[in-house]
Amino acid sequence: MSEPESDVSQIGRDYKYGFHTTDEPKFSTGRGLTREVVETISAQKSEPAWMLERRLEAYEHFLTRPIPDWGGDLSTIDFDSIFYYVKPTESEAASWEELPPDIKNTWDRLGIPEAEKKYLAGVGAQYESEVVYHKLQEELVRQGVVFLGMDVGLRDHEEIVREHFGKIVPFRDNKFSALNTAVWSGGSFIYVPPGVKVEMPLQAYFRINAENMGQFERTLIVVDEGAFVHYVEGCTAPIYSSDSLHAAVVEIIVKPGGRCRYTTIQNWSTNVYNLVTKRAVAQENATIEWVDGNLGSKLTMKYPAIWLTGEGAHGEVLSIAFAGPGQHQDTGAKAVHAAPNTTSVITAKSISRGGGRAGYRGLVNVASGARGAKSKVVCDALILDEESRSDTYPTIRVHEADANIEHEATVSKIGEEQLFYLMSRGLTESEASSMIVSGFVEPITKELPLEYAVEMNRLIQLQMEGSVG
Amino acid sequence: MALLEIKDLRIALNDGSEIVKGIDLKVESGEVHAIMGPNGSGKSTLAQALMGHPAYRISSGDVLLDGTSLLALGPDERAQKGLFLAFQYPYAIPGVTVTSFLRSAMNALRKARAGGEDDPIPIPEFRKQLAAATERLKVPRELLGRYLNDGFSGGEKKRIEILQLALLHPRLAVLDETDSGLDIDALKTIAGGVSDLVGPEMGAVVITHYQRILNYIRPDYVHVFAGGRFVAEGGPELAEQLESEGYDAYLPEAPSGAS
Ligand SMILES: Nc1ncnc2c1ncn2[C@@H]1O[C@H](COP(=O)(O)OP(=O)(O)OP(=O)(O)O)[C@@H](O)[C@H]1O
Ligand SMILES: [Mg+2]
Repeated sequence: MSEPESDVSQIGRDYKYGFHTTDEPKFSTGRGLTREVVETISAQKSEPAWMLERRLEAYEHFLTRPIPDWGGDLSTIDFDSIFYYVKPTESEAASWEELPPDIKNTWDRLGIPEAEKKYLAGVGAQYESEVVYHKLQEELVRQGVVFLGMDVGLRDHEEIVREHFGKIVPFRDNKFSALNTAVWSGGSFIYVPPGVKVEMPLQAYFRINAENMGQFERTLIVVDEGAFVHYVEGCTAPIYSSDSLHAAVVEIIVKPGGRCRYTTIQNWSTNVYNLVTKRAVAQENATIEWVDGNLGSKLTMKYPAIWLTGEGAHGEVLSIAFAGPGQHQDTGAKAVHAAPNTTSVITAKSISRGGGRAGYRGLVNVASGARGAKSKVVCDALILDEESRSDTYPTIRVHEADANIEHEATVSKIGEEQLFYLMSRGLTESEASSMIVSGFVEPITKELPLEYAVEMNRLIQLQMEGSVG
Repeated sequence: MALLEIKDLRIALNDGSEIVKGIDLKVESGEVHAIMGPNGSGKSTLAQALMGHPAYRISSGDVLLDGTSLLALGPDERAQKGLFLAFQYPYAIPGVTVTSFLRSAMNALRKARAGGEDDPIPIPEFRKQLAAATERLKVPRELLGRYLNDGFSGGEKKRIEILQLALLHPRLAVLDETDSGLDIDALKTIAGGVSDLVGPEMGAVVITHYQRILNYIRPDYVHVFAGGRFVAEGGPELAEQLESEGYDAYLPEAPSGAS
């Protein structure tokens, strides 16, 4: 049975994804994390032994690794109250009709089957810990494109997974990559064969439904020589008074001449900690692009990274962070130039309002030997009121004398005159401020496929509603 | 009942200093009133305060549009009631194209007219109206895809102001020095466009320093504004007289004996 959650007053804005369903899961490890929980997850998935070993090593590391004392306030996460693994259905479905009515209803309300029909080449839908639906256009299957839930990916393509899993983001990278490696479940596995260009986006949709849920999906994307793929992920969750945790790891490898674009529209409810490690390696003349929209969550700490390991590789990060009441978006980007003539462009825009806090934390590192590296970082912050805050923490390390590094940062407010001008044409104050904000992020939304640009603007409008009064 | 009625209006800055010192004006539909006056006399202050600019305080008097007082209303509500101001210095909104802005503004007015219900203009209808207005006003199509006033030349901004006027169909249009910055041909086109709109549906107040624009928008009345007050009033011939003789005769501190 579905039961719409309507008490949005506690977060002070209209979050239309705040409903949840009350269906019984097929299986759950219960609250809290132990060695047994890790073993149970692995056994549920009938994994190869090496994966269980990796999980257990990561679990030990997670225990010893201190909580980061930078970024946002992580001291309030109650690791013992979290459900680390919840299995909603018996198996992955290949048609929406096969899903239990409650779960199907959730996807319908989120508009996913509709979007699949209209403009997507493939869809993966994860509910709690498992991918419950997966489908890829037949034409792409025929061309050898692989788009699977990560669990199925490990089962059917163990060699590729074993070659790359944890190589780009080792579990020792940080406490949350260790946690993810220990308890990962779901996520996407994508392989694009040499020269294949996937024209329409592949979309993965992540939904947390239960209270105190921990979602730990793991994504691995391998783009072979000269191939292209655009992968899009969206995330939402119901509104609860206690917190949920989303700690994902994404690893991408783009082989010579390939290109991968990874777009995130993160719209978690404001009781979700979103602590995600994303890293991509671009080889010779390859291109990696992260388009990262963070609108939801209580605290997001996420710094998509590009490692330019081959000569002529290019990386871009376009990021938008919107921090409303009670939200802290600590986002940014990392670009590591590890080969000659590599280029990177980082464009970060943040908006804070209603006491929200948005920050840019970035690193540009030009390693020795990376001659002729070029990097440009632009970060612009828009602060909508006196209570809100924006911080910028750029770090630049250069080990080659001929590197060309540019960094620009601006902080602005919405001008009274701009507001007056728009209002004199009949727009209300909130419509006028949303328009100014949409314009502010336009350099990024214009990079999105139309449907996502529309979605992004709509989410910004929702964020802006009730911002004046 | 006049379309616009200004009664003994005094306007001060938020620090209390008075800029407009008691004026009266009545404008009927179909009428054009020109306001001419020296720099710094308070013409833009009047125009912006009519529109509800927050930097100005109405210290006394009233402004009525179709018989309803505007003073308690925000700029958006004044626009929704049919007031329009073509700005002397329009603002830039980076990231928002002229086209998308125009559509939002039209939709905002339609929504107000539909009693707060969304009533968006169908896209084909919008395209049709936009095409007709850009053609009439000779607005280069290329401007429509650019960000509103962002990097526009002075004349381009003025054209876009009048394009907005043409599409938003106000009851009363106030033009604050729309002619400054327009080249001779553009002035003719733009002023002609405004003139076409004046009629039973619309009245206009045209603030200007030059008589030239009034050749294309024939004023019914010319008001001389100096030191925060209307100091003289006449027909179109007054504008010509001002152009040749200047404002000396109307300024309190005019050097005596000058002729
Ligand atoms: N917001 C403001 N803050 C301070 N002074 C102001 C403000 N607005 C207007 N003034 C002052 O009020 C006076 C009238 O200005 P206003 O812009 O109305 O003149 P104007 O008649 O439109 O002049 P122009 O012909 O040059 O456009 C000027 O002295 C101006 O400096
Ligand atoms: Mg002026």
